[in-house]
Amino acid sequence: MQRYSGFGLVKHALSHHENWQRQWRNPTPKKEYDVIIVGGGGHGLATAYYLAKEHGITNVAVIEKGWLGGGNTARNTTIVRSNYLWDESAALYEHAMKLWEGLSQDINYNVMFSQRGVLNLGHTLQDMRDIQRRVNANRLNGIDGEVLDARGVQELVPIMDCSKRARYPVMGASWQPRAGVARHDAVAWGYARGADGHGVDLLQQTEVTGFKIVDGRVVGVHTNRGDIGAKTVGCVTAGNSSVLANMAGFNLPLESHPLQALVSEPLKPILDTVVMSNHVHGYISQSDKGDLVIGAGIDGYNGYGQRGSYPTVEHTLQAIVEMFPIFSRVRMNRQWGGIVDTCPDACPILSKTPVKGLYFNCGWGTGGFKATPGSGHAFAWSLAKGQMHPLAAPFSIDRFHSGALIDEHGAAGVAH
Amino acid sequence: MFNIYCPYCEEHREEEEFHPKGQAHIQRPTDPDACSDKAWGDYLFFRDNPRGIHHELWVHAVGCRKFFNITRHTVSYAILETYKMGEQPTITAESLASEEKQGDVQVADGGLQTVGASDNSVSESKGAKV
Repeated sequence: MQRYSGFGLVKHALSHHENWQRQWRNPTPKKEYDVIIVGGGGHGLATAYYLAKEHGITNVAVIEKGWLGGGNTARNTTIVRSNYLWDESAALYEHAMKLWEGLSQDINYNVMFSQRGVLNLGHTLQDMRDIQRRVNANRLNGIDGEVLDARGVQELVPIMDCSKRARYPVMGASWQPRAGVARHDAVAWGYARGADGHGVDLLQQTEVTGFKIVDGRVVGVHTNRGDIGAKTVGCVTAGNSSVLANMAGFNLPLESHPLQALVSEPLKPILDTVVMSNHVHGYISQSDKGDLVIGAGIDGYNGYGQRGSYPTVEHTLQAIVEMFPIFSRVRMNRQWGGIVDTCPDACPILSKTPVKGLYFNCGWGTGGFKATPGSGHAFAWSLAKGQMHPLAAPFSIDRFHSGALIDEHGAAGVAH
Repeated sequence: MFNIYCPYCEEHREEEEFHPKGQAHIQRPTDPDACSDKAWGDYLFFRDNPRGIHHELWVHAVGCRKFFNITRHTVSYAILETYKMGEQPTITAESLASEEKQGDVQVADGGLQTVGASDNSVSESKGAKV
């Protein structure tokens, strides 16, 4: 694998950038692999990368029915933060945050991780109490966070309406300076290139149609390109996880919902941080290209159609204009939906399953992107060792029968 | 935007008047105290999440405020029928599969751009039955 560097850029400029190596191969499936990852999004590719790099397991295939990073990895609003309330989730998301901080160097791919900070606004007294509690919990867990009053928010974001005139006046916010945004596609591509460089086969246009299970143990998968054997299979398929679980003969506590996002026409730099509001319910940041990236709540009905209803978009934009009257005449360029697999407690599932050798990493719901490196890292460890990583263990599917739920609806930032 | 036929109001209304409430036909265990953790957890948290025909509970929140059921396709989003509480669906994944084999029913595909717009005739005809 050619290493990317400033020197390389200059060198390739001399040949008009015509001789760059392809970022990954397009291999023919082998008969058998040690590990198969189903799902070639950010989490799946990160899992494959860390399996190869940290555990030396390189006889690995990532099976993707479409193209790499074409699902929720391409559809999220790119926000990265780790200010979750409970110890278990804070540890997992902070693990990801620490990996984000060195990710571009690690995978030799510029993921444009920009620690521009995230504001979570409070509009009511109860919001502010919850923010105090969450920031205190974060700081006890070694995660940076501050509570700001309305004036502090106004200083950070002068264009936001923090006056008392607003229908839901801003009373303050939690502020995580280390949080920010990253270039979502680059994360998938960077991990893909890194994994391929270690010998992982990335099989695109390959759809898993069933699992080969012998005596309660998975021994391979059926695909539209023939059967492929495997000792261990990890499913990282987000919105389609329930479909795959049903193929393997069990059920998951998930509902798949459309979650919509939209971007505006490109503007000159105007918003240099990420603003989220649970109460008026919208979140916004500005991409490096200049578009405002906007998201909000899920559509309440189950859906796999990667699109949602217009009233949801309308509510989102009402919230944005409520916070930023200056954006009232900005035109929206594109709008789309992704299918998020929401869990009853707004926390993911990283777990063994009733089928031996078959693992699931799903249920990230509305906030999976921020966890991509941590999720892949912990899941790779679990697949390699045959037991769940200590950070992943609390997120077992058993918690829905034992009652040990991790309720993160408050910190999830997206109502569902 | 869905155009939903409320079986109680006997009219089509816009989606914003309704709220989806998840999977339909879930029965509360008759004796919760006698439930195993497994049975209770399954009842509380585990849902069918099909990619295809889904029977779901909706409430006409700013209309008659009554709960009713919808059979809907979760990929095309086409509403196939609406029916009152206590009634059973006439369209199921199994019934569609057998009809499809005979070739006399066209199942909505995933290419619909306007959500629900072309489904009026279907839900109307079904709505009239219930």
